[in-house]
Amino acid sequence: MKIENRVVGDVHILDCSGKITLGEGTMAIRNTVRELLKNGNKKIILNLADVNYIDSSGIGELVSSYTTVTNSGGSLRLLNLTKKIHELLAITKLLTVFPVYDDEHTALSSF
Amino acid sequence: MNIDRNRIEVRIGSALEYLDLVQALTDSITDFMGFDDDSAHWIGMSVRESVTNAIQHGNKLDQSKRVDICFEVARDYLDISVKDQGNGFRIENLPNPLDPENLLKPSGRGIFYIRSFMDEVEFIPHTQGGMEVRMMKKVPFNSAVKETEI
Repeated sequence: MKIENRVVGDVHILDCSGKITLGEGTMAIRNTVRELLKNGNKKIILNLADVNYIDSSGIGELVSSYTTVTNSGGSLRLLNLTKKIHELLAITKLLTVFPVYDDEHTALSSF
Repeated sequence: MNIDRNRIEVRIGSALEYLDLVQALTDSITDFMGFDDDSAHWIGMSVRESVTNAIQHGNKLDQSKRVDICFEVARDYLDISVKDQGNGFRIENLPNPLDPENLLKPSGRGIFYIRSFMDEVEFIPHTQGGMEVRMMKKVPFNSAVKETEI
């Protein structure tokens, strides 16, 4: 699991790649998001285009990040869901929760 | 690991480090059986979720307790059993992750996913202790399994 943080204006885009599974992957997202919030960065996009595997703990971590950011007065968007992540979110009704985008420009303009 | 014709049995300790090993074995079996990529992915995820539950919630990460995983490779189905040495649970007592009050909970979706992606799933509490999850996936009609190897 690797996360690269790009900054566009006041938005932080986290380019995630690899596996988001119980343990290392979920902790990486959790720590990165909390660090951004701690430094007052409240507009966050999780770019999941290069995530090749996610389990239920990874889905749970996306939910947890969303609620943490929202409860801190910020906004979190999901960008470039893979087909499998889309399916996992759809069948658990989480597509009704997350703001989801499939192009970066639109995601950036949504804040 | 013991391979006896069409049964492959693995016994692991209760450590999450074994998850990738079990996943790799599952991927090899589904590839051998000719499952399409999507089915293979969801079978692999279902096994991973079951073993994670067995280690984390069943055996509560107690390294002295084991998880037994058995793959039964048949011509037209793959049957998988994951058994822990925990206290078990009643499936009907698990919260529904689709209920509005549970939607934003960070956990509780693993079994829902298993039931969504496998053709049959059973949860069997054993009277002598331990919980067994049995799940089955039918092999696609045009599977590439070599009959001589089954």
